[in-house]
Amino acid sequence: MSDAVAPVVELRDIRRDYAVGDAVVHALRGINLRIERGEMVAIMGSSGSGKSTLMNTLGCLDHPTSGSFLLDGVAVEALDDDARADLRNAKLGFVFQGFNLLARTTALENVALPMLYDRHARFADPDARARDALSRVGLADRLTHLPNELSGGQQQRVAIARALVTEPKLLLADEPTGNLDSHTTVEVMALFQALNDQGLTVVIVTHEDEVAAYCKRSVRLHDGEIVSDHPVVPKRAADDLARAPAVVST
Amino acid sequence: MKATRLIGLALRSIRRNPGRSALTMLGVVIGVASVVVMVAIGAGAQAEIQARIDNLGSNMVVITPGAATPGGVSGGAGSFNRLTTDDAAFIAREAQLVSAVTPVVFTRTGISAGGLNWRSTIYGVDTSYQQIRAWQTESGRFFTTEELKSNRKVCVLGATVVKSIFPDQDPVGQTLRLRDVPFEVIGVLATKGQTAEGTDQDDVILAPFTTVQTRLAGHQFIAQLLASAWSESEIPAAMDEVRVLVRESHGLGDRDPDDFQVKDQRQLAQAAQGTTQVMTMLLSAIASVSLLVGGIGIMNIMLVSVTERTQEIGVRRALGARRIDVLAQFLVESIVLSGIGGLAGAAFGTGIAAGLGRLTGWATVVEPSTLGIAMAFSVAVGVFFGWYPARRAAALDVIEALRHQ
Ligand SMILES: Nc1ncnc2c1ncn2[C@@H]1O[C@H](COP(=O)(O)OP(=O)(O)O)[C@@H](O)[C@H]1O
Ligand SMILES: [Mg+2]
Repeated sequence: MSDAVAPVVELRDIRRDYAVGDAVVHALRGINLRIERGEMVAIMGSSGSGKSTLMNTLGCLDHPTSGSFLLDGVAVEALDDDARADLRNAKLGFVFQGFNLLARTTALENVALPMLYDRHARFADPDARARDALSRVGLADRLTHLPNELSGGQQQRVAIARALVTEPKLLLADEPTGNLDSHTTVEVMALFQALNDQGLTVVIVTHEDEVAAYCKRSVRLHDGEIVSDHPVVPKRAADDLARAPAVVST
Repeated sequence: MKATRLIGLALRSIRRNPGRSALTMLGVVIGVASVVVMVAIGAGAQAEIQARIDNLGSNMVVITPGAATPGGVSGGAGSFNRLTTDDAAFIAREAQLVSAVTPVVFTRTGISAGGLNWRSTIYGVDTSYQQIRAWQTESGRFFTTEELKSNRKVCVLGATVVKSIFPDQDPVGQTLRLRDVPFEVIGVLATKGQTAEGTDQDDVILAPFTTVQTRLAGHQFIAQLLASAWSESEIPAAMDEVRVLVRESHGLGDRDPDDFQVKDQRQLAQAAQGTTQVMTMLLSAIASVSLLVGGIGIMNIMLVSVTERTQEIGVRRALGARRIDVLAQFLVESIVLSGIGGLAGAAFGTGIAAGLGRLTGWATVVEPSTLGIAMAFSVAVGVFFGWYPARRAAALDVIEALRHQ
């Protein structure tokens, strides 16, 4: 379905209404958004502005009330529950604020998890791929560690490895640095930038300007509408790390 | 997802929480073990009864006096005993389908010899009794037709009587007194053990019926006639023939009802077998309840597990698991839990049945089919009680599940 010209994301007039009692909350009111391959987009906005709702739409987790959504050329609104699960597996990588690693499960097993649900058996050796993904995030020596044996930054890097392992078209990160200290935040942003440099399209929901400053484009939501959308000249997280060497080891 | 993967997933999840998993399985372990033990006791009892039926005698038919009544009680107003030695002789002479027949006269009496006393049942029988009951002599011999005809005071002892009266000596050739009448011991019977009802078959003395009738019983009452059909398949035909012959011997008209009953050994044994079967079923049913309780335990823990692992479910769904994958995961986990519980229960049950057998002397038989059925049941319990929690897991909303703390 994907070809060179298709954008990774194309949202047209996306609306999402929630019925709350007798009232209707308009969480998204006609979102139009196009994200090309290789972009790194920050989605900003105050609490309640609709960021999570937009993220759930992009993540094929939620049904918009109306509008059309093409993900890498695939019309998502036409798909049923199973097909959307398959699409998530094939095209998306998720990074959550709370890491959401499986407890009492090794880093390696956590990273291999998405390949368990790969119906096309795209990857011959899931175990080797999981190792490879972990070394890409700098955790080659933490394969058999359990989440509670890892620092927050390391846990988030395991989660990023898990998001990477299936070679997604789009990496979605919802407040990925929300639970991290400022130094670790920069480290994680350096990792996102490195992955983006390798061609991965990244969308990050954040309310921190500091995080958005590492992205190439900033989209601001207010009350379910896009109120601003402009390119940014990103700071380089790697440079910031070089200037301020680690105080706290991750 | 492949079944092997699902089972691997389930095993990993079970290992992740070994204490709880063990507790969850415990109910099924106990349930399956008790079913196995109960069935083993029942099967053992039945096997024993079968063995005793087999040594009752070869193709034996039993004729008892008195008409059959709806209540099953024989006799009644106007009916009197008409079974005689003549009937036995008539059957012996006329029957085509009967290989042997003997009257049985019995009386309980005191026995004494060498200062020792005992009470036992004296059976007055024909020489053919040995063949009909398929009863070997262990030493000595059975009495002969000549001894029978001349009312000789000879007897053959069962093992229990020997133990009581001649504890330390060879009884053959000795004399004992039955109600003060001296009898010569000419043989000892092989051990037969207990009947299905628990009577000691070896607590017996056999003597010629002629002697018993004249010397001991003091009456001509014949408790029963025993006959042997030529083969097992001919038992029904032999029973019909015996019935016709006894009616003829009794001079009954066409309209007269039978004043006797003819039964075969299986009919006699059926009651005992039936009781054991009902007992086994009852005990198994009670044991099954504990299996059911074990299943409810699994459902309980699985429901807790689904709640606890809501976020895990959300993550799996986000990463591409379909609802059916989640359903399968939890269902297989429940089945594996109960399956392992069933295996452990089958092993425990087998051990307990063996131990119980050794401890109490009961025969316990653990048949492979019992283990198979127990395993199948525990898997069924896993499916049945795992279904609802698994459905709950699969029905969760992804977004809410992801948000769950
Ligand atoms: N499941 C829901 N049911 C009802 N209202 C909701 C639901 N999810 C979000 N909303 C409402 O939609 C609006 C946008 O929410 P959200 O997308 O979570 O914003 P943000 O992530 O920017 O804080 C808010 O007013 C919120 O109350
Ligand atoms: Mg939010």
